[in-house]
Amino acid sequence: MLGQYGDDAKILAGGQSLMPLMNMRLVRPKVVIDINRVGGLSYISPGQDGGLAVGAMTRQREIERSALVCETVPLLASAVPYIGHFQIRNRGTVGGSLAHSDPAAEIPAVCVTLDTEFDLASSSGVRTVMARDFFLNHLTTALEPVELLTQMRIPGVRDPWRLGFQEVCRRDGDFALVGAAAMLHLDDNGICREARITTFGAGGTPMRMEAAEQYLSGAALRSEDREEAARLVSDALDPISDIHASAQYRKDVAGVMVRRALEQAMLQTEGEPAA
Amino acid sequence: MTPQRNIRLTVNGKTYESLVPVRMTLADFLRGELDLTGTHVGCEHGVCGACTIVLNGNAVRSCLMLAVQVDGASLMTVEGLADGQDLHPLQKAFQRNHALQCGFCTPGLLMTAYEFLKDTPNPTEAQVREGISGNICRCTGYAPIVQAILEVSQEF
Repeated sequence: MLGQYGDDAKILAGGQSLMPLMNMRLVRPKVVIDINRVGGLSYISPGQDGGLAVGAMTRQREIERSALVCETVPLLASAVPYIGHFQIRNRGTVGGSLAHSDPAAEIPAVCVTLDTEFDLASSSGVRTVMARDFFLNHLTTALEPVELLTQMRIPGVRDPWRLGFQEVCRRDGDFALVGAAAMLHLDDNGICREARITTFGAGGTPMRMEAAEQYLSGAALRSEDREEAARLVSDALDPISDIHASAQYRKDVAGVMVRRALEQAMLQTEGEPAA
Repeated sequence: MTPQRNIRLTVNGKTYESLVPVRMTLADFLRGELDLTGTHVGCEHGVCGACTIVLNGNAVRSCLMLAVQVDGASLMTVEGLADGQDLHPLQKAFQRNHALQCGFCTPGLLMTAYEFLKDTPNPTEAQVREGISGNICRCTGYAPIVQAILEVSQEF
């Protein structure tokens, strides 16, 4: 059907973004393709490498309640409760959040942090795109009009990682003004072997903070190291101003979110989900 | 001419069959077609919570669904809470605590609290506040609503 209607069609997944846009007449698709009754797109299953495969129509609430997610991908488990309110998560789907590509959304940020792969299917086959290549800009992804996102695959991580996930918003359930995810792999002496840091809501897409990641690898993660990482993050960002927050606020607070996510990761006992 | 589809669903234990335009929201269908006007329509983009209903056991926004999507589903609206003239314990607790003033948000808050309490039987005050954070009330300042939910959680 996507092949037939292409750009005129919109996929209706959980409807928690598309329906508001349609109700406000900001989007007026000629054709709405409801995939809620398409079987086989809702599942959470262990991947071959100790990771996780999640079907695009899996509701966010199912992720939140899944013991398997909590065990294998604790960062995702920490992030999902921040999405909207529970009534929204009851309908909202993983694939919908990814395909919508809101820069302040939590699941895309987690996927960029975890080097997740997405399967994009069309009548001519399935191609795989990495999370960091999938999100192009505000509400824009690498999805072609004829493609449907069917699955995300989160690779397994062998070593124990420490995690942090932080965001700031005005009220519970609001869109994040800005947020950060951090993953740290420490050796036995407490020295950071590898760091992954992602900010969201601070640009058109969730972004890995490479300067801060490089700075932290090999660092002892003392408080001055965490401060320096936060400064590197603030310096690397060039966010927009809007009615919710100024660019300077987003720059500064992104650094604070990173610092707090690092502190959260440091405090965490290995293997436990953050927060 | 918008295409129409036949749907069959259960609302508050009663079965309905209806021919609906595919573009009609579930909230508009409940109010306009089934005359179940207890479900209120506030913001129409999922923020205010006034249209919250329970769909197959889960609290959802009826303004963010299309009527055609509930074909075969079982719904509960605020009209399904009371047993005849006998109010549901949740409604009685709202009454006792003056947890409503104009009443516009009340149906959504009741349906939210209904799923919330099934999910979280002995909530703390903080959990209640988070649980109802997706429902906006402009009259009460929330304190009596929180009190009502905490009170009824003992007997739910």
